[in-house]
Amino acid sequence: MTVDAAESLPRTETVSVKLTVNGSVHSLSLDPRTTILDLLRDHLDLTGTKKGCDQGQCGACTILMDGRRINSCLTFAAMHDGAEITTIEGLAVNGALHPLQQAFIDHDASQCGYCTPGQICSAAGLIAEGRAKTADEIRELMSGNICRCGAYTNIVAAIEEVMGRS
Amino acid sequence: MINFQYARANDVAEALRLIGRNPNAKFIAGGTNLIDLMKMDVERPTAVVDITRLPLTEVEATPGGGLRIGALVRNTDLAYHPLIEQRYPVLTSAIMAGASQQLRNMASTGGNLLQRTRCHYFYDTATACNKREPGSGCSAIGGHNRMHAIVGASDSCIAVHPSDMCVALAILEAKVHATSVSGDRVIGFADFHRLPEDAPERDTSLDAGEIITAVELPAQGFATNYTYLKIRDRLSYAFALVSVAVGLELDGDLIKEGRMALGGVAHKPWRDPEAEAALRSRPADAATFERAADVLLRDARGYGRNSFKIDLARRAIVRALTQAARGAPQIQSSKKIA
Repeated sequence: MTVDAAESLPRTETVSVKLTVNGSVHSLSLDPRTTILDLLRDHLDLTGTKKGCDQGQCGACTILMDGRRINSCLTFAAMHDGAEITTIEGLAVNGALHPLQQAFIDHDASQCGYCTPGQICSAAGLIAEGRAKTADEIRELMSGNICRCGAYTNIVAAIEEVMGRS
Repeated sequence: MINFQYARANDVAEALRLIGRNPNAKFIAGGTNLIDLMKMDVERPTAVVDITRLPLTEVEATPGGGLRIGALVRNTDLAYHPLIEQRYPVLTSAIMAGASQQLRNMASTGGNLLQRTRCHYFYDTATACNKREPGSGCSAIGGHNRMHAIVGASDSCIAVHPSDMCVALAILEAKVHATSVSGDRVIGFADFHRLPEDAPERDTSLDAGEIITAVELPAQGFATNYTYLKIRDRLSYAFALVSVAVGLELDGDLIKEGRMALGGVAHKPWRDPEAEAALRSRPADAATFERAADVLLRDARGYGRNSFKIDLARRAIVRALTQAARGAPQIQSSKKIA
């Protein structure tokens, strides 16, 4: 990169964004480069959502945006003014664990636990979609969530149990 | 990531005005590829125009019996749209074979067409790459080229287009609707993506400042005899080494019309009229399929680490034609290839 190119870059301007996260409204002024993942972790101190690859390849950063699961690392907060976000911290209701959180405990569906918030948010999205009916379909539609410890068998069992109840 | 100016457009005219003639500006929709490339410093836009609020989110019937898909229809919404599932199941299958549900929930129809190659050297700014930096050379030729092209490549670039969806759109002969300050135009799918030739930095025939507004599907959907077969290093969530989209129109045991396209082997979805002529009015049997595969791959060449793809592609083509003729398409959640 030449010095000239660096000097021609635009100066930092902030973007105003209003978001609802786990039921709380936040009005923020952000560098446009801020991803939803960095917004959650660095600005709102919601560190349950994990930064794994930061490239959309691992699924650790999965959240629910307006009810749909997405990779929070690959989208700018500026693009989501007015959106409603649910993170792993927002799944429990009045201190009672979400059925998926309880099922992950019951099935021992994590080892190191780093991928677990993303797995659970992704599974919540999967169940809301209503497309997966079989274990094969759960595996296929959960393939965006990598578990390097290899807890997949128990993850699928936990999801199957909650899916069977819903 | 370098800093950029962010601007949000509310309609197409505003988007075109904001992007202007700035060659360093980018539209952003799903962002799943652009943001990744910006983090890697491969894409360095100084201005980003957010088009996610544009009213391009509908799937509408056209007078000719086809469908017009708004450029901002999300990949999952498109794959699960009842009219797509019923009339163009090969498109649903191809979309569901690509990426992950999280990415498909973000990615747009227009953006899928514009995604850039996953060549490791294109992503690695420490290496030479003619696509990223014209004139710097191609590190994939003679390098780690397991994923690279076997047809249509040039001495300057052997990268492949990574899309699954586009392979299905190729056999459906989709039309790309684009708009710029100069006016509207319609680009046939075969002419939309380019071969690298001596300008691999240009992936498509879209001009700077031009925006995709819709993708139109003609009426012929091959809803009975079709398949999308994808071969990759993992069972799911990986780019294709080779993929095959097939649509057949059968008349008893004879093939009335057959279309096939390959993914993961070229700078664009790979179709060939001569190979499809080798299917027409022929019996839907192994001999026909093998001959058509030979024609489609007649100019294939390997670059060392990807030479295995020529045999793999030939077998995948025959298998895909067999699946389509039987009316037994590949089910993406099943890892058994029948």
